Amino acid sequence: MPSVQEVTDEVLQLAVAHFKVPLGGLSPDDDFFKKLGIDSLQALALLSRIENHFHIELPDYELQGVTDFRTLAARIHARL
Amino acid sequence: MLDLREYSSLGAALRAALERWPNEICLIEADRERENCRLTYRQFKEKALPLASGLQAAGLGADSRVAIIMTNQSKWLISAYAIFYSGGVLVPLDYKLTAREHLQLLAHSKSEFLIVEYHLWRAITQEPEFSRLSARTVLVTEAPRNAELHGAQRWEDFHSEREPVFVERQRKDWACIVYSSGTGGRPKGCVMTHENYLEQCVALTSLFPFWPGARYLSILPTNHAIDFMVGFIGPFVCGATVVHLRTLRPEFIREAFTRYHITYITVVPLILKNLERGLRERFAALPSSRRKMLDALVAVNCALTRRRPRLWISRVLLRGVHQAFGGQLRAMFVGGAFTEPATLQFLYDLGIPVGNGYGLTEAGTVITLNDFKPFRADTVGKPLPGTEVRIVNASADGVGEVAARGKTIMSHYLDDPEMTAAAIVDGWLMTGDLGRLDARGHLQLFGRKKNMIVTEGGKNIYPEDIENAFESLPVKEFCIFAANYIWPQRTMTGEQLVLAARADDSSGLAGELRAKITEGNRALPDFKRIGGFVLWTRDFPRTASLKIKRDVLAQEIRAETDRSAMIVV
Repeated sequence: MPSVQEVTDEVLQLAVAHFKVPLGGLSPDDDFFKKLGIDSLQALALLSRIENHFHIELPDYELQGVTDFRTLAARIHARL
Repeated sequence: MLDLREYSSLGAALRAALERWPNEICLIEADRERENCRLTYRQFKEKALPLASGLQAAGLGADSRVAIIMTNQSKWLISAYAIFYSGGVLVPLDYKLTAREHLQLLAHSKSEFLIVEYHLWRAITQEPEFSRLSARTVLVTEAPRNAELHGAQRWEDFHSEREPVFVERQRKDWACIVYSSGTGGRPKGCVMTHENYLEQCVALTSLFPFWPGARYLSILPTNHAIDFMVGFIGPFVCGATVVHLRTLRPEFIREAFTRYHITYITVVPLILKNLERGLRERFAALPSSRRKMLDALVAVNCALTRRRPRLWISRVLLRGVHQAFGGQLRAMFVGGAFTEPATLQFLYDLGIPVGNGYGLTEAGTVITLNDFKPFRADTVGKPLPGTEVRIVNASADGVGEVAARGKTIMSHYLDDPEMTAAAIVDGWLMTGDLGRLDARGHLQLFGRKKNMIVTEGGKNIYPEDIENAFESLPVKEFCIFAANYIWPQRTMTGEQLVLAARADDSSGLAGELRAKITEGNRALPDFKRIGGFVLWTRDFPRTASLKIKRDVLAQEIRAETDRSAMIVV
């Protein structure tokens, strides 16, 4: 099973690809709403990409109250 | 549709609906590509009555308060019916609030029973305040088999062998306590009567009827007044079908339109704009010959639908667009916040009428709604049948505070006569919104008088509710305002929050404050964040009981500064 750090890195890469930002432009503690200028719907769209990548199902509520990549990665890791 | 004049309560009307259309589908619950359940009205009854019997055996009776904290799903509606059947008062809480806020509202509403989804219950049990939970019976849905339930019982196993008793309620009795705000500050629990809902339902269905076979896609939270009415009561008393999705990702919402041939849906402006953006991108990607063809067809559609929507013509002319929406869509509704006229017009030109409306939880569901006779993108429509609207203290150009009166207006705020007296004056609900009635009786909105903001996602944010997120600020005192409350603007969009900080010496403080506010913002959902702050060098005016006089402070700041004094975070 990958470590939390590995999951965090993969989530960052998925976000970089999904939102078309420069590689290295995002870090684990970034507030993704502010950094990417996205709304909650756009954040939900990223979840589908994450699900396909990790082959898991993430209920919408796992994103509730989450604003940074590190916390999101921890929630994903708990479901692996 | 049932003749709702014959019924005195939601329980009685729903009970009659279950008998009237036993073989029609009332509920479909989908999750991604799967369908979790599909229930006829008879099957719905067969699930709800054992639950009612279990609740009654546990002591639920007339006027018992039962909170529901769930995402949109079949068990929400089944539970609500079991509560109404037993004469209970439903307290629908917003599942997006934090566990701490849930506990505060459960205590404020004095809910004796709680029905809650497992993941939300788990969060509640981890709160320090959990030990003070007021509810004595808790039912948890979808709990894993070996989960620790902290004294709660499984919804799925909860029933009694006894036949449940139907408990009749009268029109003026309480049906629901719906919170419109006040998780941190002063809770606003709107007490809604059975009459409020029955009258609202009659008015809405007179404009937009449901029928057996019509399908409503329910994506706004059912705890919200709009979905409770048009995603539950309205379709049920007409024998129609409610479709729930367990995930609200845009791609699954799109799929649901085509898979379930949706008739109506209500969205918030954020979703509508998202939809508009997607369509515009698709159109922009068309080869120029096809794009020209599309533009020509849209022009023909516009000409033919100027006076009223003509769905069959639009569906033929713009087949591709309508197929993407399932081919059966009659109208979309948008509520919860102000919608840009350009978005409404864009969709109408494609033959997709969007019913733009205006309402408050305190007024039932809606006060005004566009009726498409003809379509108007620049207004929020005309008052619903049975609702009166007038403009109070209008200025020379006719703009003043919108007031509404009718049988859909709430009874009062729970346990708060003072706030009730300020909101309902001589039978008129003072909305705190600024508007004007035009010559054709349409309402146009121009901003707010009250200290709050509404986001594009339909969230009402009251500044005092989020002040506790900034308790550690290095200032003597602070207060949060809607920026438009301090510096009024005639707009309903782009609203933001501003923090006024009391600072003796402002030199060097701005940088530190900005960092601290940014830190506080991070703990808040994106829609509750502070946009900027102002430094204020005098003590805040306070009442005898030492509460900040927010209105006076806002006036003082307005008199001495303008919006440019705000330091952006």
